[in-house]
Amino acid sequence: MIRFNAAVALGAFRLDAAFESDARVVALFGRSGAGKSVTIALIAGVLRPERGTIAISGHVLVDTEKGIFLPKHARRIGVVYQDARLFPHLTVRQNLMFGRWFAGRAEQTIDFDAVVDTLGIGHLLARRPGRLSGGERQRVAIGRALLSSPRLLLMDEPLAALDDERRREVLSLIERLRDAFGVPIVYVSHDVDEVARLASRVVVIDDGRVVAVGAVDEVFGPSQVHAGETRFGRSSVLTGRIAGMHAGYGLTEIEHPGGAIWLAGPAGAVGREVHLVVRATDITLATARPQNISVRTVLAGTVGQVEKDDGPLAAVTIALKGHGHLVAMTTRMAADELSLKPGDPVFALIKTVALDERSIASSGASPRAEQPPGGSQR
Amino acid sequence: MDVPVFKLSSEEWTAVRLSLQVALTATAFSLPIGLLAGYALARWRFPGKVLLDGVIHLPLVLPPVVTGYILLVLLGRRGTLGAFLAEHLGIVFSFRWTGAALACGVMGFPLMVRPIRLSVEAIDRRLEDAAGTLGANGLWIFILVTLPLALPGLLVGSILCFAKALGEFGATITFVSNIPGETQTISAAIYTYTQVPGGDANAWRLTAVAIVIALGALVASEIVQRKASRRLAQFE
Repeated sequence: MIRFNAAVALGAFRLDAAFESDARVVALFGRSGAGKSVTIALIAGVLRPERGTIAISGHVLVDTEKGIFLPKHARRIGVVYQDARLFPHLTVRQNLMFGRWFAGRAEQTIDFDAVVDTLGIGHLLARRPGRLSGGERQRVAIGRALLSSPRLLLMDEPLAALDDERRREVLSLIERLRDAFGVPIVYVSHDVDEVARLASRVVVIDDGRVVAVGAVDEVFGPSQVHAGETRFGRSSVLTGRIAGMHAGYGLTEIEHPGGAIWLAGPAGAVGREVHLVVRATDITLATARPQNISVRTVLAGTVGQVEKDDGPLAAVTIALKGHGHLVAMTTRMAADELSLKPGDPVFALIKTVALDERSIASSGASPRAEQPPGGSQR
Repeated sequence: MDVPVFKLSSEEWTAVRLSLQVALTATAFSLPIGLLAGYALARWRFPGKVLLDGVIHLPLVLPPVVTGYILLVLLGRRGTLGAFLAEHLGIVFSFRWTGAALACGVMGFPLMVRPIRLSVEAIDRRLEDAAGTLGANGLWIFILVTLPLALPGLLVGSILCFAKALGEFGATITFVSNIPGETQTISAAIYTYTQVPGGDANAWRLTAVAIVIALGALVASEIVQRKASRRLAQFE
């Protein structure tokens, strides 16, 4: 549970933001320079707010009215930075033990071996950070933060410095930690995929203020032009439930009122709620239900809004039957020829191959997604 | 000319022992003060910082004789500070080996402070922030992060100060004179031998010893530094 309400001015930039969340993972989302890092610095205690209160699980860290300002070493917040920041003069084991030692024996709620196991860093313990790859460093940094037995983990774009493959690898580790160790996480990112996959609540920050707060599919819904999204980077998040697995073809069917969504490969237990990230460029639109077509996923809905200018492309928002929205990129020519107008029935086609494993996210808030502690789901 | 290098007379041995004693003492006492000064110059902002910087570096640019003379005036038996120290604390510097160590320490101090300052300045302060969020308070951050990361600077500073102290002549001889067995270091002894007829052989022997010590210190520092920098190999 985090309660944040603080204001600070840094030169010409001003942050004045307030949000609350009791989600297991809350994402701070926004483009660079929006104020995410300042928010993080305020929570971590690196920065002092002009006014405001910050509290975590009932522990007041900052209350300017009462004159409370806990120094950073007394906050018990584990920070994972973009650039790992491991101590170069210490071995991996010593790095991991650093925060643990300061936490004191009584506060050591998190098991060393379980963390090392979950993160797969057992073979690195004797090495020094200088010899580690980017992904390894980030895993050690996550372990170091977690082993300080923090009340909260702050992750400041922990995947930003990694290549795609490492990113996927570390992302699934974070997912595992979230489920295994039960430490609340504030996750800072400007990547829709990451946020949809990890977070159950999103706080969108732009120009120093909170512009939206809500569940992932609400926030990444219609007509919200979000910070950090380029035209091709636009994505929508769909929520569905796993209906079953077609074993013969290796496909998973996800239930949605608009139609069945097909995924390649397994996605989890039947009945589990999942988020799917669908890129706007992966959606094809049709005004009638198409026949004789290879695309498996056909979702019914109505046109919500057509955004176009003089450029060649148009963004069409579709309100899906039941719940959820999709944003689709088409050519302006196609939008005009189909004469798409708000309220028209429309079908959104999504190629199954466009939904790779990165698109699947189990909801952090769903109790069904919960795993027994100890990293047993390896 | 015969050079019986390894047959040192007892006076020569005394000079060698004294030199090492003076240089080690000077380095040992300069180290904590040099660390404080280097850290302060690297990190703190305070009025008179430029002045402090200047004062620390003064012995580097002043003629050593001047430094020695200032020490003599201040800390000699009749000097204001010297009289006070002698009377109240029983500390006497003038014409003692401790005075030689003080003179050497003062001369070596700027050489010690500079590398310390540079290595403290080079430390990524975000590492210290990270240590803070992991629960370390200011003192622990200093002990566990700042100090080990500044170690190369501390080593280089110490070696330079030691080397300077070993070779110091002008300030020492001005402040504490050239008393065999008390303040006569290798340099002073060599100087004395060059002033007496037939002293060449003695001067040569001590010169050889000086070279051996200096080379040894250089090699040792090189080894230690290489080890340290390999250990600290920063990523990226």
